[in-house]
Amino acid sequence: MIEYQKYLNQEVQQVKPSGIRRFFDIASEMDNVISLSIGEPDFSTPYHVRQEGIRTLEKGKTWYSPNRGFMELREEICSWMQRRYGVEYAPKTDVLVTVGGSEALDMCIRSLINPGDEVLIPEPSFVCYVPMTQMAKGVPVVMETKAENQFRLTAEELRSKITPKSKLLILPFPNNPTGAVMRREHLEAIAEVVKEHDLLVLSDEIYGELTYGNERHVCFSSLPGMKERTIVVNGFSKMFAMTGWRLGFAVGPKEIIAPMTKLHQYAIMSAPTTAQYAAVEALRNGDEDIEYMRSQYDMRRRLIVDGLNRLGLTCFEPEGAFYVFPSLKKSGLSSEEFCEKLLYDEHVAVVPGTAFGECGEGFARISYSYSIKHITEALRRIERFMGRL
Amino acid sequence: MERLLQLLKENARATSDQLAVMLNTTPEEVEKAIADYEARGVIKGYQALINWEKADENRATALIELKVSPKRDRGFDEIASRIMAFNEVESVSLMSGGFDLAVIVSGKSMQDIAMFVARRLSPLDGVLATATHFFLTRYKDGGVSFVDEETDERRDSWSD
Ligand SMILES: Cc1ncc(COP(=O)(O)O)c(C=O)c1O
Repeated sequence: MIEYQKYLNQEVQQVKPSGIRRFFDIASEMDNVISLSIGEPDFSTPYHVRQEGIRTLEKGKTWYSPNRGFMELREEICSWMQRRYGVEYAPKTDVLVTVGGSEALDMCIRSLINPGDEVLIPEPSFVCYVPMTQMAKGVPVVMETKAENQFRLTAEELRSKITPKSKLLILPFPNNPTGAVMRREHLEAIAEVVKEHDLLVLSDEIYGELTYGNERHVCFSSLPGMKERTIVVNGFSKMFAMTGWRLGFAVGPKEIIAPMTKLHQYAIMSAPTTAQYAAVEALRNGDEDIEYMRSQYDMRRRLIVDGLNRLGLTCFEPEGAFYVFPSLKKSGLSSEEFCEKLLYDEHVAVVPGTAFGECGEGFARISYSYSIKHITEALRRIERFMGRL
Repeated sequence: MERLLQLLKENARATSDQLAVMLNTTPEEVEKAIADYEARGVIKGYQALINWEKADENRATALIELKVSPKRDRGFDEIASRIMAFNEVESVSLMSGGFDLAVIVSGKSMQDIAMFVARRLSPLDGVLATATHFFLTRYKDGGVSFVDEETDERRDSWSD
């Protein structure tokens, strides 16, 4: 027998496996499971966008694209960033088209982090930032966001974690799993600290188009003085319901996009060609699709927030993405206990808050990217569950 | 309140409370708006969307194209209102294109419908020609697929 352990890279061995796995293994063995656990749109990609992908396949356009992505797409990305967020980027030098936002995040962290550099990461948040930092031999420094601040990152919390080794701040808003958004004034307070301490910012704005209420998403690089310090990551997965196409992008200072492009060139070559053609169509003619999906999510959001609050599973009003993050206090159970019991007793699958950082204890992530009928049935089951506790 | 209409169209059984929450308003406002729609004839009724092929019932449906000669003053309205009066008739619409009225008729059998067309519709004053098309399979109706089970094919990416 080969002792594989000794061959493996040490950093990768340090990375913790995802805690969510176990739940899906249980759920997949059960019948009649109602899931509210999935983190992707239930919509299919808008038809005209799919059509464009099909059209280019029929024409046999199946070759590599340039490493950075098709120029046509980079141009559309830049004019879109200008139109939606008022920030100017140069298609030639400031954009990298990637395999999902995920790749952009990885390339950025790997391009910036030297061993020992500290990366400031708010939690609860999406699961990739800590492992990516570890793989780059950086040091993840976790900042807890709190329900009483509506899960926003405060300047005080940020300040309290800064050391001479701090280099990069990750800003994952609108947030998965909490649904928190940062308004202009909150971002301005953060920008102040960023300037003061000479930090760079990796702003994961993948849910930027999915915000609810009157105020639109503010792109971090649109704040005065922040463009030169910020890499913005966005993508097509959530806003155009294109998760399976695997397409995202990064925009930022060309001095940072260049090394990211170098890594991308060697590790990936180029992002999927068909997806890039479809994405051009989405950016050109997809505003209405976004608006439609957004208004559907908004109705579901109100329904589920109201339903959970009535059951005493209190949640602050999430203003972005498609998740609610209710407190489980009323149940008297821990996150894991609650989710496991809910799954066994009522066959409803939700994700324990702890999957998104230790400070997610006492909460659960519930996705509302499901039909109204589905949400209504799930709420009925959760009500029955709470009644029996 | 266009969104209210859309929601009701998709789920006529949603309660006022649920509708109010989704639309960020009060149940009273929702009820007022619905009453107003009903009074103005915007909302004409609430029906279940039934797949008769699955219900244990003998039932046939046909689309009948009618060519008619319009009356001088009342155009197509007069003949349309006479056709509407038959219980067998589910819908009557004035169409552009190669014929004038589209009439959807249902009955217990194709035979019944054929008899209805021959005995009731064709003899009507002003009807010049009819063409009867029977529905064979209903794939989608009322915006809902009648053939596919609604399944969620998404797999959480954490699972295998
Ligand atoms: C906050 C956040 N960032 C990035 C991603 C990655 O998305 P993709 O790689 O599909 O663009 C996700 C996916 O769930 C996410 O929730």
